[in-house]
Amino acid sequence: MKQASGWVKSILLILLALFFLSPIYIIFVNSFKDRQELYENALSLPENFSFQYYIEAMEKMNFMSALLNSLYVTIVSVIFIVILSSMTAWMLVRTNNKLSTFIFMAFIATMLIPFQTLMMPLMQFISTITQDLNIPMYNTHEGLIYMNIGFHSALSVFLYHGFIKSIPITLEEAATIDGASKFGVFWRIIFPMLKPITATVMILNVISIWNDFLLPSLTLIDKDLRTIPLSTFYFFGEFTIQWNLAMAGLTLTIIPVIIFYALAQKHIIKGIGEGAVK
Amino acid sequence: MANKNKRKWFVLFVVPLLFIFTTVVIIPFIIGIYYAFFEWDGIAANPMEFVGLDNFGKLFDDDQFLRSAWLTTLFTVLSVITINAVGLAFALLVTSKIRTANAARTLLFMPYLIGGLILGYIWQFVFLDVFEFLGELTGLTDVFFNWLIDPEFALYALVFVFTWQMAGYVMIVYIAGIQAIPNDVVEAAKIDGATPWQRFMRITLPLLMPALTISLFLTLSSAFKIYDVNLSLTGGGPANATELFAMNIYNEIFGSGNYGFGQAKAIIFFVIVAAITLTQVYLTKKREVEM
Repeated sequence: MKQASGWVKSILLILLALFFLSPIYIIFVNSFKDRQELYENALSLPENFSFQYYIEAMEKMNFMSALLNSLYVTIVSVIFIVILSSMTAWMLVRTNNKLSTFIFMAFIATMLIPFQTLMMPLMQFISTITQDLNIPMYNTHEGLIYMNIGFHSALSVFLYHGFIKSIPITLEEAATIDGASKFGVFWRIIFPMLKPITATVMILNVISIWNDFLLPSLTLIDKDLRTIPLSTFYFFGEFTIQWNLAMAGLTLTIIPVIIFYALAQKHIIKGIGEGAVK
Repeated sequence: MANKNKRKWFVLFVVPLLFIFTTVVIIPFIIGIYYAFFEWDGIAANPMEFVGLDNFGKLFDDDQFLRSAWLTTLFTVLSVITINAVGLAFALLVTSKIRTANAARTLLFMPYLIGGLILGYIWQFVFLDVFEFLGELTGLTDVFFNWLIDPEFALYALVFVFTWQMAGYVMIVYIAGIQAIPNDVVEAAKIDGATPWQRFMRITLPLLMPALTISLFLTLSSAFKIYDVNLSLTGGGPANATELFAMNIYNEIFGSGNYGFGQAKAIIFFVIVAAITLTQVYLTKKREVEM
């Protein structure tokens, strides 16, 4: 008797979760339907699977190019964020003076600033640099990566800082006596010990950079530089909504997210939990 | 000698990031304050006119700004309540001893990973087509219609979609809180004959207060700053009925070309966000001391 009610609960819970995700189901099934079928019943399964809209959407969104752009910007930004913020945080923890406290506080304090407060002056500053100093910051992936590093460094330094404080210093001292340089000590001894927090930092940054819309929309002008959120935005703007095409486009944009989630599910849930609580 | 060496390493490790951070965050923040005291249309060739605090005074005469401020407050209050209620309910369900709890948790968290912009487009279709379809099917056309064309319901639609996105996120925070509750306390209450509702109100909820504080403020500041979902779901419409704070700032600066005035709004926006966040930090710290 008790077991039976357990099964009922299990099934109800999973049904609830599936119902919760029904918008994704709706997008998916309708991406295969022609217009007639779509308006008859938006909830039914498609009568035949036609990939016509996918082919069309891929072309109109320039999907492959957007996917590669997103991958490039996200991966390179995250690599730099991990390297630079772990190094910085370690040095700040291990240097006990007013300057290092001040720098750390400056990082933390800026976490209060919303992006909207910085966007206009940042764009002015960036275009000045691009024009006057001839450094291509504006309308390039590298410029966007540079700004991503700047915006995401505070949280990353903060997370690394908290973790490094709990590592005993004796290990490093032994290595230093052996004559290893600070650089060697950091990369050979410290960085490997930071693995758990590095996973958290990577996940939080991947999610936020991958989905970011506003910053890339301000900095990237050329069509072929667009990331996935940008190309989705222009796709919806340019083609007065042809829904079956739009469904196919939206499904395409969700696929990379599902793959990422399937591969790193445990780390993601753990990382999000840690990032939120701190 | 040793000191000089130390300094060299400090510079090598800290300065690269500090330089990037300064140019991307600190300098724009300072120039931003400067811009807020000028009237300027953003065109480099045109003169910037110093107007002192006028931009800040003008804020109170700007009806759309005041309306945005009110809508944002309403949106924030409603979504903080719904997100936390749904998120807590999910957390309680997936921490119970149900076989499918883990799979359910994985599924319920998923919307958080999909970006706000894309979520908005997905739900645009759900409101447009599926809601109308459900209305015809059930006859409940007062509930199931396209919310996005009604000025009042469009805001509820935003709350709805934002809840859908964030519920799984706060669920994770609550799960950590629930798992930290010692099992013997709950067992003891069970033996004493406490009903599930009593156990929830008297044991689980009070012990969840730290997690509650954290997720209240997390949702508070992210609801207050919402932009992406706003842009793709309603675009601020119908008739500016859902133009929230962040969008109002964007439109003032890049839409109307009032760079100085828009930046003054952005500074006020910063002050409010900072106040919310600092209150959170203060409350969390205070609680930690008490515990």
